[in-house]
Amino acid sequence: MSSRFRLLAIATAALLFVAAAAAQVELRVTWYDDGVEGIVLRDLLDRFEAENPDIRVVVDTVPYATGILQSLPLQLASGEAADMARVTNLGGLSQYFLDMRPFLSDPDYWETNFGPFLDWMRPEGSDAIPGFMTQLTVTGPFINRTLFDQAGVEVPTGDTTWEEWAEVTRAVAAATGTPYAMAMDRTGHRLAGPAISQGAQIFGEDGHATIDDEGMRSMMQLMVDWHADGTMDPEVWIAAGGGYAAANEPFINAQIVLYMSGSWQVGQFNELIGDAFDWEVVPNPCGPAACTGMPGGAALVGIADTDHPEEVAQVMEYLAQEDVMAEFYARTLFIPGHLGLAEAGIDFETDVEPAAQALAVFSSEVPNLHPIAYELQAYPFNFVVFDSIRDRLTQVFVGELTLDEALARAQADIDAVLEEEGER
Amino acid sequence: MAGKTTLKQRTSSLAGLGVQGLYALVMNALGFLMEPLQRLVGQRRMAYMFLLPNLLVFGIFILFPMVLNIYYAMTAGTALYPQDRTFVGTANFERLFTCTDYTNPNTCLEDRFWRAARNTGVFVVFQVAGMVAISLLTAIVLNRKIRGLGFFRSVFFYPVLLSPVVVALIWKWILQREGVLNAVLVSLGLDPVNFLLSGSWAMTWVIIVTIWANMGFYTLILLAGLQSIPAELYDAGAIDGTSTLQSFRHITLPLLMPTMMVVLVLALIRAVQMFDEVFVLTGGGPGSATLLMVQYIYNTGFGTQNPRFGIAAAASVTLGAVLLVATLIQLRIGRSSERHLA
Repeated sequence: MSSRFRLLAIATAALLFVAAAAAQVELRVTWYDDGVEGIVLRDLLDRFEAENPDIRVVVDTVPYATGILQSLPLQLASGEAADMARVTNLGGLSQYFLDMRPFLSDPDYWETNFGPFLDWMRPEGSDAIPGFMTQLTVTGPFINRTLFDQAGVEVPTGDTTWEEWAEVTRAVAAATGTPYAMAMDRTGHRLAGPAISQGAQIFGEDGHATIDDEGMRSMMQLMVDWHADGTMDPEVWIAAGGGYAAANEPFINAQIVLYMSGSWQVGQFNELIGDAFDWEVVPNPCGPAACTGMPGGAALVGIADTDHPEEVAQVMEYLAQEDVMAEFYARTLFIPGHLGLAEAGIDFETDVEPAAQALAVFSSEVPNLHPIAYELQAYPFNFVVFDSIRDRLTQVFVGELTLDEALARAQADIDAVLEEEGER
Repeated sequence: MAGKTTLKQRTSSLAGLGVQGLYALVMNALGFLMEPLQRLVGQRRMAYMFLLPNLLVFGIFILFPMVLNIYYAMTAGTALYPQDRTFVGTANFERLFTCTDYTNPNTCLEDRFWRAARNTGVFVVFQVAGMVAISLLTAIVLNRKIRGLGFFRSVFFYPVLLSPVVVALIWKWILQREGVLNAVLVSLGLDPVNFLLSGSWAMTWVIIVTIWANMGFYTLILLAGLQSIPAELYDAGAIDGTSTLQSFRHITLPLLMPTMMVVLVLALIRAVQMFDEVFVLTGGGPGSATLLMVQYIYNTGFGTQNPRFGIAAAASVTLGAVLLVATLIQLRIGRSSERHLA
């Protein structure tokens, strides 16, 4: 009798387990990591799942270059993407994002705290709420302070031009036996800030990208010269092949003096450099027109093709809460993309002095960014601009094109895409 | 004792009966399906019925995508689905072939297409020639009675078993600025060389790496060809006083020609389709020095945030056509040389 009862209890429990599993909604997130944010997200999602046992969130972490830049657009176009994704091409992919507004309990909270950034990720003229910024980013240079100290060279202060930085870092590299003075991530996004500082206007009268002007030419010429005279690490732009490449590894290994990258590296440097050497962020170098970097950022967005828009909004609403976001930004060392938290300030979880200094400098750079930099960041075809400048400039480095030809080719690349899109 | 069966024999005969029963069951089931079908379509058309499953697979996974690709080549726009795309006729082909001087990619509207075409031509000529020559040489050596023959055969075949990505990563590790090769050069008192920063070095290494990675496969085919040549011919040649070189030229080479043609065609097709090793090793760089045609197609259609599927499809159709013509020419040359030998 008792064994029959036990059997019945096991069967009932199994049935209940199967029924619960069947009722559970599984959501997938396509995610990439710059630092520890994947671990932090998982912690937060575990808490969400504990409070909402009917929803399970699976995070698929992919490489940024191949997973986010290359594969995700095709998955979105074919309707095969996950339910949510962390993206950086906000305007260009906005047509595929879910408008969560009908499913949100308090859309005003989103407008108040994410308003200006929502415009980056919603189609023109729309009031959609597709997601929130996991981080705001600002581009700028990191320097290896220890190398400066070893070389006995003063770190420049105040408005310093790119040419002056090149000269100073060359002196540091020569004195310390460092292989290269400078490096810049292989992307047009990183080059755009310095180009705007040199006077690049980026946009023509029709509101679309027109890049061939003196400012752009001047910055591209500097890059050509720096690659020709060995100032810049050629492994990044020349040897890295056709796509995006970062120079974080040579910087971490103290092989370059100045590294032009951005605020998203702070968390990683905090972890990987530790106290191996002193590093810090300096304000963006100047040109005749400005001293600007580029704004940017990544957003976690819902995908319009999801079968579970309500549950997606539920997850997003949980993650976008002020206290949850505060923890996320504090642990990841990301500049907050939440206006309320930006105003209140984040108590970043780091004891590493350079990380705190870097975040302070990057935050202070935000008001100094040039309006063209913001306009370019919001431009739906900005990736065409970034990619064509990057690839054509590399061809100049290896002698396949002259600078004039590269500028003409880059403009032709942009025009060809705009033509395909029916925009020009 | 005679006439008595052991347990093992009984088990074996039971298993035999089981297999026979299963065979009869399967055959009956097939007969149950085939007999009404044969009555329906007639005996003569039954051959087509047997071909149908394979044709269906071929049609769905090869023919249909090919036709779809040709259609994409005649459309423009960024939409993914064919019904959403604008028909533009031959405009994409015209764009690809607009050049003032075909020998200078800078004068072409789609300069990267022509750079890729030129690079692919250089790569195919040197890689296929090198591949066939080295594979033949290796096969001849491995066909001799040498000590450790099995070991050497395995060693030469081993790279074929590696994933192309692994091959490329190994060689990247060897060739990079602070790689193994430069460490060796420095230890010998020489200056390090940035192998992947110079266009000519990068192309040279791409050719060497792809030969190293694939030669085992072709060596194996050529070895089989060599072993099928009757030893009596060499014996007869030896009696007639032929030298080693003469027997190679007048016995080995002619009789190996059909196998060589197979190797040539396969190596040519593989070289034109080359993508993975080069993509990981150099990414097509520096600049576009090692950008091959398949990577151009990939970059244009998939490796960008703003894909141009029409141009990518047109380039792919062009590549297919060139490959078809090259293969036909090669086969024709092969047949005529066979006839000549006969």
